[in-house]
Amino acid sequence: MPKLTIDGIQVEVAEGATVLDAARQAGVRIPTLCHLENIQAIGACRVCLVEIESHRDLAAACVMPIADGMQVHTHSPRVRAARRTVVELLLSEHDGDCPTCSRNEDCELQAVARELGIRENRYPGEKSRRREDASTPALVRNTAKCILCRRCVTVCGDVQGVTALFPQYRGFKTAIGPAFDQDLATVACVQCGQCAAVCPVGAITERDQTDEVWAALSDPHKCVVVQTAPAIRAALGECFGYPPGTLVKGKMVSALRRLGFHSVFDTNFAADLTIMEEGTELLHRLRKALADGKDAHLPMFTSCSPGWIRYAEYFHPELLPNLSTCKSPQQMMGAVLKTYYAGKLGRKPAEMFVVAVMPCTAKKAEARRPEMNASGFSDVDVVLTTRELARMIRQAGIDFKALGEGQMDSPLGESTGAADIFANTGGVMEAALRTACELITGRELPFPNLHVRPLAGLAGVKEASIPITETVPAWSFLKGATLHVAVAHGLGNARQLIERIRSGAAHYHFVEIMTCPGGCIGGGGQPRLTSDAVRQARLAAIYQEDEHRALRKSHENPAIQQLYADFLGHPLSHKAHELLHTKYTPRPRVS
Amino acid sequence: MVTDKPAQAGHCPETASREELFRRLDELIAGYQGQAGGLIPVLQIAQGLFGHLPADVVQRISAGLGKPYSEVAGVITFYSFFATRPRGRHVVRVCLGTACYVRGGQQVLAALKKELGVDVGETTPDHLFTLEVARCFGACGLAPAISIDDEVYQRVKPSKVRELLVRYREPVRAAAAQGVKS
Ligand code: SF4
Ligand code: SF4
Ligand code: SF4
Ligand code: FES
Repeated sequence: MPKLTIDGIQVEVAEGATVLDAARQAGVRIPTLCHLENIQAIGACRVCLVEIESHRDLAAACVMPIADGMQVHTHSPRVRAARRTVVELLLSEHDGDCPTCSRNEDCELQAVARELGIRENRYPGEKSRRREDASTPALVRNTAKCILCRRCVTVCGDVQGVTALFPQYRGFKTAIGPAFDQDLATVACVQCGQCAAVCPVGAITERDQTDEVWAALSDPHKCVVVQTAPAIRAALGECFGYPPGTLVKGKMVSALRRLGFHSVFDTNFAADLTIMEEGTELLHRLRKALADGKDAHLPMFTSCSPGWIRYAEYFHPELLPNLSTCKSPQQMMGAVLKTYYAGKLGRKPAEMFVVAVMPCTAKKAEARRPEMNASGFSDVDVVLTTRELARMIRQAGIDFKALGEGQMDSPLGESTGAADIFANTGGVMEAALRTACELITGRELPFPNLHVRPLAGLAGVKEASIPITETVPAWSFLKGATLHVAVAHGLGNARQLIERIRSGAAHYHFVEIMTCPGGCIGGGGQPRLTSDAVRQARLAAIYQEDEHRALRKSHENPAIQQLYADFLGHPLSHKAHELLHTKYTPRPRVS
Repeated sequence: MVTDKPAQAGHCPETASREELFRRLDELIAGYQGQAGGLIPVLQIAQGLFGHLPADVVQRISAGLGKPYSEVAGVITFYSFFATRPRGRHVVRVCLGTACYVRGGQQVLAALKKELGVDVGETTPDHLFTLEVARCFGACGLAPAISIDDEVYQRVKPSKVRELLVRYREPVRAAAAQGVKS
């Protein structure tokens, strides 16, 4: 392996590595802006400049390949002066006001300027053109703050396969945005927020709805309840200095009570409910296809990821009959809260205000879908991302680390380990299999510790086959069959999987798609910056949460059994259809 | 900006019907499908057919070649050659390459803006002229240069631009005077 020195430190690195990789290995920090680990290395911003002995010019560490015997200086006076100039030039075009910016103190440009000790602006120049775009429910753009790093372009194009964003015009007029610099709402954008999750500055961010929640909380006529998604507990701590993968469920509940919510519920409850509905739907489709020989639109696709739903509506309308008709857990929870729970409280649906805390920006858009109003009012009123909840906790002056361990309210706060793993890629499938296989065979899912290992982890497309050797009498037509399932996360991976299915190269009965890489734990509303190492830590935390539960299968949740007995009847009942199921509409890609 | 209006035959160099133009566009796209580097020639020919590149044409090309709409728009907005709005009968281009810039290209541009009453990229209300800027058309020896349609004019003085435009205005006036539809 080639040997080189970084600031005098000897390192041996693999062939093909970059100077940046070598520096990281040597424990030397080089500032970066446009670089995005495993995703983008384009040498555009020049913030990572280094000096290499016997090279005339400074080199961008993120794209400079290493060579044997190289001697690299990462913080020489020449390097520091050059980096400073680069960042000063960026700042000279940057039309931003840090104190009022949503990224204040969470901004990579600010951090780099601080790191380089920039105290004055030596290049007062023309500012980038300000073009504010608040056309979509989930995201807000402001091109004046854009530093043209292109991370969003690469993520939207290469990772998500959507390519809603692309450089438009050229020279000083260059703008990163939708076609012809039009509003995001006029093009096929799935609102996943992966662009906002990687933007180093405040040029693309989630729509901040904290003020709407503060207003509701101080309205005496409103009963303001909150639900939190499974992925929040494994990430919120990062906003308060905990390492990635720290579980903070108890503190999160305490914080929500301090903020003044009437009750605190777990979206996990609705995840268990989803498994009951979606699992039953799958079994019905299997019966129709395998026993009755009819077309039952297999494979069935999961429907809990609203970015995926929009993706299918824009790019694969022919697949809409294959999507499960189940609403996402967020929307099921809202519907149950405004009907069943409102009834228990003796409140009218109009007085209920449902806040959902989600790892996701697409859920903001989902909550605004006009058909999502089972009670006659929006199932969910406001969706906050993990980042916004952290902001509210800080605004309330709450010392998060000092909080005690709170408990979710009953009964809609009760859930099983199967619901926890909804946060992870492969988790919805595993949860569904835990219930469906047991219903079919009368025995527990035959995998160690109930984990379907081939479906877990960060591989883009995963699959498993489950032979059904024996069944209970009701499902005898499945005896001897093999259930084929597949999982994809990140819409670019989903596209590849769909291609294989369409070309006939692969056949499945059930497919799980999650919009974001890693699943909800890597959602567009999660604390920044989500690298693969952060994803792994959050995935592991969620599995740990699952394994510590007494109940780990959705159908064993006593509160769910109660809800069916008291209110819904049985899965896929008329009432369940009214409240918990929905329909999809093809969308034009340009409007 | 793209116009929402469909391509209008009135401003097209081609007088074929809209359906006919789209049929030819589809043929054109089919010929370039799966070909690397096919986008730019398709855009050039499409602009020749329609006179400019309206939104519906761009969408058809994007879908036909399987290229993201934002990427196609990125290419169109990158090159000043492409127009998304109907152009005038004559396209006036002012060279702002280094030589022309140094020798007063800017002043020529200012004079043309004033004379035509439009900004760069715009078309006069009578649809006669579109004003554009260009990099360099290889007339550096006799800068500053402008072109009107395929004709290049060199050593242009700001005070003389009106004179240059007259011959492009006259035929229309003459035709209008005779009551002939242009
Ligand atoms: S993007 Fe960063 S540098 Fe720019 S205004 Fe916001 S916080 Fe300040
Ligand atoms: S929200 Fe998702 S689809 Fe929309 S622009 Fe951002 S990355 Fe692309
Ligand atoms: S919007 Fe953000 S991520 Fe995209 S290019 Fe601009 S600064 Fe980079
Ligand atoms: S991080 Fe290396 S050039 Fe931007």
